[in-house]
Amino acid sequence: MLAGDRRSIARAITIIENNAPEAKNLISSIYSHTGKAYIIGITGPGGSGKSTLIEKIIREYRKEGKTVGVIAVDPTSPFTGGAFLGDRVRMQDLSTDEGVFIRSMATRNYAGGIAKATKDAAQVLDASGKDIVIVETVGAGQSEVEIIKVAQTIVVLFAPGLGDEIQAIKAGIMEIGDIFVVNKADRANADKAVMDIQAMLQLNNKERTWTPTVLKTTALTGEGVLQLMKKIEEHSLFMRKKLERKRSLEKAEAELVEAIKEKVANSIIKELRREGKLEDFLQKILQKKVDPASIAEKLVNKKFGKQGQKRRD
Amino acid sequence: MSDKEKNSSIKEELQRWEKTTLPRWMRQRPERKNEFRNHSGMLIKRVYTPEDIKDLDYMLDLGFPGEYPFTRGVHATMYRGRLWTMRMFSGYGTAGQTNQRFKYLLKEGETGLSIAFDYPTITGYDSDHPFAEGEVGICGVAVASLKDMEVLLDGIPLDKVTTSMTINGPAAMLLAMYVAVGDKQGVPREKIGGTTQNDMLKEYFAQKLCIFPPKPSLKLVTDITEYCTRHLPKWNPISISGYHIREAGSNAVQELAFTLYDGIAYVESVLKRGLKVDDFAPRLSFFFASHNNLFEEIAKFRAARRLWAKIMKERFHAKSPRSMWMRMHVQTSGCTLTSQQPLNNITRTTIEALAAVLGGTQSLHTNSFDEALCLPTEEAVRVALRTQQIMAHESGAADTTDPLAGSYYVEALTNEMEKQAMEYIQKIDDMGGAIAAIEKGFFQKEIADSAYKYQRETDEKKRIIVGVNEYKTGEKALIPILRIDPKVEKEQVSRLQKLRRERDNGKVEKVLEKLHYMAEKDENLMPIIINAVRAYATLGEICGVLRKVYGEHKELIII
Amino acid sequence: MQTEKKIRVLIAKPGLDSHDRGAKIVARSLRDAGMEVIYTGLRQTPEQIVETALQEDVDVVGLSILSGAHKTLFPKIMELMRGKGLTDVMVFAGGIIPEEDIPELKKLGIKEIFGPGTPTEAIAKFVFDNVPRRT
Repeated sequence: MLAGDRRSIARAITIIENNAPEAKNLISSIYSHTGKAYIIGITGPGGSGKSTLIEKIIREYRKEGKTVGVIAVDPTSPFTGGAFLGDRVRMQDLSTDEGVFIRSMATRNYAGGIAKATKDAAQVLDASGKDIVIVETVGAGQSEVEIIKVAQTIVVLFAPGLGDEIQAIKAGIMEIGDIFVVNKADRANADKAVMDIQAMLQLNNKERTWTPTVLKTTALTGEGVLQLMKKIEEHSLFMRKKLERKRSLEKAEAELVEAIKEKVANSIIKELRREGKLEDFLQKILQKKVDPASIAEKLVNKKFGKQGQKRRD
Repeated sequence: MSDKEKNSSIKEELQRWEKTTLPRWMRQRPERKNEFRNHSGMLIKRVYTPEDIKDLDYMLDLGFPGEYPFTRGVHATMYRGRLWTMRMFSGYGTAGQTNQRFKYLLKEGETGLSIAFDYPTITGYDSDHPFAEGEVGICGVAVASLKDMEVLLDGIPLDKVTTSMTINGPAAMLLAMYVAVGDKQGVPREKIGGTTQNDMLKEYFAQKLCIFPPKPSLKLVTDITEYCTRHLPKWNPISISGYHIREAGSNAVQELAFTLYDGIAYVESVLKRGLKVDDFAPRLSFFFASHNNLFEEIAKFRAARRLWAKIMKERFHAKSPRSMWMRMHVQTSGCTLTSQQPLNNITRTTIEALAAVLGGTQSLHTNSFDEALCLPTEEAVRVALRTQQIMAHESGAADTTDPLAGSYYVEALTNEMEKQAMEYIQKIDDMGGAIAAIEKGFFQKEIADSAYKYQRETDEKKRIIVGVNEYKTGEKALIPILRIDPKVEKEQVSRLQKLRRERDNGKVEKVLEKLHYMAEKDENLMPIIINAVRAYATLGEICGVLRKVYGEHKELIII
Repeated sequence: MQTEKKIRVLIAKPGLDSHDRGAKIVARSLRDAGMEVIYTGLRQTPEQIVETALQEDVDVVGLSILSGAHKTLFPKIMELMRGKGLTDVMVFAGGIIPEEDIPELKKLGIKEIFGPGTPTEAIAKFVFDNVPRRT
């Protein structure tokens, strides 16, 4: 599977879907191979042209030489327990492209929730070497909001004239969407839809470091797709910087720790030498009478008083 | 006694009958079902009386044949003047083989040709395209170039015979080929008569043979209509079809409403080109199914004529009566045929043909009894043709026009059909028109739901299909089957490759370039397509150019 | 705790045949019977069908064809299935397929052919009864 064998990838996802006993092991064993793929979430009501847009996006990524995995999520019927999974229809021409892997998942009644199952499936695709993973959902219910959070960049799609779908979109999506797209922009009320969304975004004025943008596309002709991908790229850089900042902080902390360690150790050893007690402790360590950690604890506690002890606990 | 008095006394008599005579019979012979409904879901009464049509106005609602609102028929003499055209849809294998079948049918008495093309042809691919493998000549005749059309129509005088071509996506190309053959025969353009189906809207939700997306497809339909209006006055550019909608699973009202709406959309599209409605409307034609509920179908045909006449007059302000009359072709329903006990299909086709004749069709195709298994054999198609001839000459059904007019039942049904169809039309108007409704998946959902309902009713035996869920024999149907020789594909492919070698390829390249240019400029493409076929550019090559300009269509799936 | 396993079915229309009424009805009835149904629309090549079956890790494939091209397309599909190692996937078919062709198709590995008039429950039952149990 890690080598990209498609049957193995498919089987791995099935194991996750069924939450089979092997699932836990599978997930932990692939964990070290994840983290390379960039995950994009695309959501929007039926009729917004999601699948057509995704197909265009995949083609552009393929032109760049990137490999793409797609997880298309559709609802399981609460009455029958069955599901109709028809999202890949618009992407079928890509099904025989070696660099594209498409999997349809139903929301089922997952033990850990559909969001976790989607995340794990995305990790399988990540571990198998995909550069990009696209998660597609219909932005209708609460669980779909959870699913889409799996992604690093969330794209929310609308199409003008679908009715009052803008209101129907869960408020949760409006708050976490990074890029908003009005598709079928050749329609009459496209510009109005853009304004409506901008207005809604201003209402939801939570503190965000990234300012969500509203774009227009006509997926059928491909117009606006490159701009969208540029925006996704922009957001991914933003996310990476955020991550880098996070990492830099961690790195700085690690460096500080080292520096403190050094300072404290030097200071304590210097004192021991002055007092002539160093040779004594070193002999005890060589004779295995005491271990270095216990000596260090005693010395640190002595230096910092009772506080040191508490902190060690 | 006045009419009103007569009627109110009938009402009272009916109540009396229900209270006194009926109950005894209901006890002795309880009705076979709790409810009797037709395919459109209308509740069918036990008995119909003048009460049911008390508001019927003879002159306003029926009129005379050949006069508005044309309910009783589009021509004054109808079948007494001229029988309906017996036009058998046919085609298989090579152009040569189909040419033989045409000649056979004409000899046996059919009065018009109707061409069935194979799948590669109707989807715009040459016979040697990878998608065409295994499909060449299987479902119809393979026509990849003008050469094939020349063989197909060899010996057939195009000034004497009219031809219907069931072709949609590549309609322009095949019409161009037909015209080119007519030119070669020396037939003046004004005398070339026939029909191209050319009804793209229904492809998006019923027959599904689309090449390009809706907007460019509608543009091509309009190009053809405009061209025919100016240069081919005897040609029916569009056959606005309900047959496929019905076969895809809709009920009769939906078939009627969606077909009429497609007609509305085409008229609007051609008007936008600047033509006047009376210039082109007379040549718009229609194509319906004839399904198995006899009276529902008759009512449907009559309601169709009346409704279209009203639409043309009131919505589009047509002045000429010829713009308001609906001429139709009917095909008996394919989906009612069974593979079990195939001879039963002869009976089914007969009843369906009767509905079409009593409904006043201009042209009729009757299915062959073996068509649930394969394309028709010569014997089977002859029986189907004879069905029409027996109906015309032995049954008396064609001796008077609109014999069922005045029937309380049929008139009530006709009114109800019209009413329910109008409701759909209003709904689609509110949605923003045909293309908006297609994009919303409206037609597709209605059809899928009707189809599923029909299937469930059959599964639950609420609907009996003889030989299938009742009166079964369990024996396998072993009747002669028409098989297409695999050699057909090989020969067609080598002929095609020979053509490509021997033609003037420089000329072909040039004309295809010009086509590309003109397609991007939004010009009427008929003239350049005629030039292209004359240069022996192939169907796939011409469609390929347009695919590049317009893109390809991907369907919206609703189950 | 294991999530309930679902039967995953691919309903496919190979070739240029555009009659999808039956395929859609079967898809819907299998969904109503609790299965996960992937339907890929019209005009699927054998390669697309088999690749989809592989990526979706389906248990069953249902092929629908009314154009008569089954004689060319079905052998191709079955060969590709074998080539990709999908021998544990059950395949059934329906549409306009003459009685005489059925034995040959079964030899290819197609488990059952359902002609026009088959009640939809019969198909659902067949799938339940015959779906290969995989670990």
